[in-house]
Amino acid sequence: MTPVPLVTREYRTIDYVSGPLIFVNNVKGASYGEIVKIRLHDGEERTGQVLDISDEHAVIQVYEGTRGIDTDVTTVRFLGEPARINVSLDMLGRVFTGVGKARDGRPDIIPEAVLDIAGMPINPTARDKPADFIQTGMSAIDGLDTLVRGQKLPIFSGAGLPASKLAAQIARQAKVLGEGEQFAVVFVAMGITHKEASFFMQDFERTGALDRVVFFMNLADDPTVERLAAPRCGLAVAEFLAFTHNLHVLVILTDMINYCEALREISTAREEVPGRRGYPGYMYTDLSTIYERAGRLKGRKGSITQIPILTMPDDDITHPVPDLTGYITEGQIVLSRDLFRRGADPPVDALPCLSRLMNLGIGEGKTREDHRGVADQLYASYAYGRDLRRLVAIVGEEALTELDKQYLKFADGFEKQFITQGDEDRSITRTLSIAWELFSILPEDELKRIKREYIKKYHPAHAGEQDG
Amino acid sequence: MITGTILRISGPVIIARGMKGSKMYDVVKVGKEALRGEIIRLEGGEAVIQVYEDTTGLFISEPVENTEQPLSVELGPGLLSSIYDGVQRPLPVLAEKSGDFIARGIYAPGLDREKKWEFTPVAKAGDTVIGGDILGTVKEFHFEHRILVPNGVSGTVTEIHGGTFTVEEPVCTLDNTRKIAMMRFWPVRIPRPHKKKLDPVLPLITGQRVFDCIFPVTKGGTAMIPGGFGTGKTVSEQTLAKWSDTQIVVYIGCGERGNEMTDVLAEFPELVDPRTNLPLIERTILIANTSNMPVAAREASIYTGITIAEYFRDMGYDVALMADSTSRWGEALREVSGRLEEMPGEEGYPAYLATRLSAFYERAGRVVCMGSEERNGSVTVVGAVSPPGGDFSEPITQNTLRVVGTFWALDTNLAYRRHFPSVNWIKSYSLYLDSIGDWYVEHVARDWRELREKAMYLLQKEVELQEIVQLVGPDALPESEKAILDVTRMIREDFLQQSAYSDSDSFCPVEKQYLMLKVIMEYYENVNVAMGRGVALRQIQALPLKTGIGRMKEVQDTTELRTMIDDIGKQLQALEVER
Repeated sequence: MTPVPLVTREYRTIDYVSGPLIFVNNVKGASYGEIVKIRLHDGEERTGQVLDISDEHAVIQVYEGTRGIDTDVTTVRFLGEPARINVSLDMLGRVFTGVGKARDGRPDIIPEAVLDIAGMPINPTARDKPADFIQTGMSAIDGLDTLVRGQKLPIFSGAGLPASKLAAQIARQAKVLGEGEQFAVVFVAMGITHKEASFFMQDFERTGALDRVVFFMNLADDPTVERLAAPRCGLAVAEFLAFTHNLHVLVILTDMINYCEALREISTAREEVPGRRGYPGYMYTDLSTIYERAGRLKGRKGSITQIPILTMPDDDITHPVPDLTGYITEGQIVLSRDLFRRGADPPVDALPCLSRLMNLGIGEGKTREDHRGVADQLYASYAYGRDLRRLVAIVGEEALTELDKQYLKFADGFEKQFITQGDEDRSITRTLSIAWELFSILPEDELKRIKREYIKKYHPAHAGEQDG
Repeated sequence: MITGTILRISGPVIIARGMKGSKMYDVVKVGKEALRGEIIRLEGGEAVIQVYEDTTGLFISEPVENTEQPLSVELGPGLLSSIYDGVQRPLPVLAEKSGDFIARGIYAPGLDREKKWEFTPVAKAGDTVIGGDILGTVKEFHFEHRILVPNGVSGTVTEIHGGTFTVEEPVCTLDNTRKIAMMRFWPVRIPRPHKKKLDPVLPLITGQRVFDCIFPVTKGGTAMIPGGFGTGKTVSEQTLAKWSDTQIVVYIGCGERGNEMTDVLAEFPELVDPRTNLPLIERTILIANTSNMPVAAREASIYTGITIAEYFRDMGYDVALMADSTSRWGEALREVSGRLEEMPGEEGYPAYLATRLSAFYERAGRVVCMGSEERNGSVTVVGAVSPPGGDFSEPITQNTLRVVGTFWALDTNLAYRRHFPSVNWIKSYSLYLDSIGDWYVEHVARDWRELREKAMYLLQKEVELQEIVQLVGPDALPESEKAILDVTRMIREDFLQQSAYSDSDSFCPVEKQYLMLKVIMEYYENVNVAMGRGVALRQIQALPLKTGIGRMKEVQDTTELRTMIDDIGKQLQALEVER
């Protein structure tokens, strides 16, 4: 499978060590992006990757960190191949490190295939249009920002907000209506704490999904550079499961901010020209090589759906990491500290949320004919209600017109009944009927976003009068 | 032939030595896999090369071969409904060769060499022709693809035949010696020549009210759509690609999402051009260099696109070019510049960013085409811009602003409340209003400009009034100002908002646009008169008029709108003052 190199190319010419990088002199015939093995004075072996080569030296990033590397006896062996990972269906239920070594004390897997972790870009003409509605059982998502198979929909969270709980609930409840197809979860932890990781593990265990999950664990105290490989390993496995074994794969990546920090660390160590906030200028391209690996292919049954989680530093959505992510992903679910304090569970701030692929997954035959109109109307009315709250803070509720008071009531109801649901698993029909109950707070004339025929059919005020 | 060896590899940039004699922007083949690249800097015998494919796995000392040709596109029959990557490799052919994922080192020509086309001569033996004259035509779907004499070539036609030919077979002979086939090559970084640039006086009709009626762009004009993520840049670009009244649309997905291109690919064959009733895909050329495809090819993609656009312009057609997004192109430029260790300008972008941007947008325009007969064509460029954090002060937005004629500023807050298209009516502008005034007077109505100015005035007034409301509450406003808020809400919700997904409203003909605005402004005028007589706002609001106005979008029959205008006047005039 892997070609055996004819000559072993081993060097003992490390010239310079800085942060996670080493510079090796006089390397002949190295290739860009190839993997190296580094043997320390005590025999410990580490893995690295070539980032830059010239006829003078090769720049290598060391996945497990450079502690203990010296410029005297440490040797560097060039393997002549890019970073690869052994993959197999047996990986389900197993735990691996960020570079794909077994981490659960069990033996290594017997590979069915060996894949380049960087993968290759999907040919846009080979992509199939995402179209299957995934019912997550969460009103905030199903009703307003519907997830479809093959989508990448990140959760933008803030420090201390329950993003993990939301992600776990989605993973637990997600189903495609009317189908009992095989699914798998690839869970990639990058720099999160042991506590968060075990929260997910316990949740999967509780629901009996553990043997359908592949874990890639790089925890907070593991080497940072490994974080750069972890999502790529996870996605290589996801592609294998989805496109070779026809599984529907949900990939959870948490926390992308830690990944970007690692990227920045490498970039700084290479003395590159920094972009915004010190992140490298190519971060958009780099992130896209992760996020774009979601999707469906024509003629293949499987799919890859991604839910990356990222913590917005200081709840700032314009920070480079959420900003660039939002430009690549197909929408976003945003959590709000304000709603969290007021007890909304999940604290999803509906206004900045978006699902770009929503229209492909909703409507007659998929969810319900009135879905689009209902979602638009909820958004418009809630946005207006939120504006009024600001006004009330200044002039008091008495100064409002009767209609505006109804909007205020609507906005409150929207947060308390529609968004908040706790552990409940709601069907899409239930979600829509909660919306219609809320609409009955407002005068019917205000419902401009919904077609008249649907108002007649679904509005509680008209209940029982149709078909008559 | 110049052949060198690789000296250094750093991401998409490599340095090769032994390249003496190479020219700037020569295309080279790198390594054993012959990856395509382009020379972007020369230092003595060393050439700095940007490579259009992933460089992983390249070795030091691998050969680099100079083709001594600039990066060119192939032009001829077969372009329409194609989908290419940034350097004009046809993606369906790549999929046949390497499967669902794009492997490296695959080459496929831009035009199908096997396919035969029916050539109908226009020129006759004995005619004297110059570059730009029409030799003949080829029917591509329902489109008349005109085969022109290559630029710089002239002579007497000695032989010309109708019949079926491949793009490489000669169809015509000049002066007994020079054989001319249907395919042309053109280096992408050089604008195609034209006789003269014309002033833009024809509007580009897009069927979108906020674009056509409020901030129009012209045929041959330039427009930019900046907006943070989720503000609807891509939906706007796609809507324009669908409904613009041009014969050809070139759509460049430059560093954007793969699923979006899939969307276009799946949707365009099914959508029908409202003017010709033909599938939209038949007039469209797609260039897809998604964000995870190599950055250097992304840099090239907008040049590939505009060269194809100019080719159709030269035949005498109107072409619209959508570039989504030019920010990703700028970032590609930045990434390559960073690898070259150039001195960075603002935010790490190279200092020549502004020059490159303006050079690109200046390739738009309405022109008199080359050739002996009088023929006009145009290329309209609409570029999406993705400012980081939605902050318009960043270099790409600012440098683009300096060169474009229409500015459609998308607004995150409008998008949050699902006001789409989320064009901010206070920040946006169009510099073409004066030049297209005559067209509107002739084709739409005398008072279009007047209505537009009035509506804009009210919207501006609304901003001021909202500030007062924020301080003292709506009750403190006098009746007349409350009436203004009433009307501006109508303008916003019942006129400016337009759903790209609605069956009845995604395309709105200009006449209907005008009537809709007329209805609202007529309402405002009559309300003013009625209130002048002493009628209370409460009485006016009790009339069922508003519901009718709110449902205008669904109305297909324009006579209904005309009746509405009369009706509004009558009802409001009939109101009696309550004592």
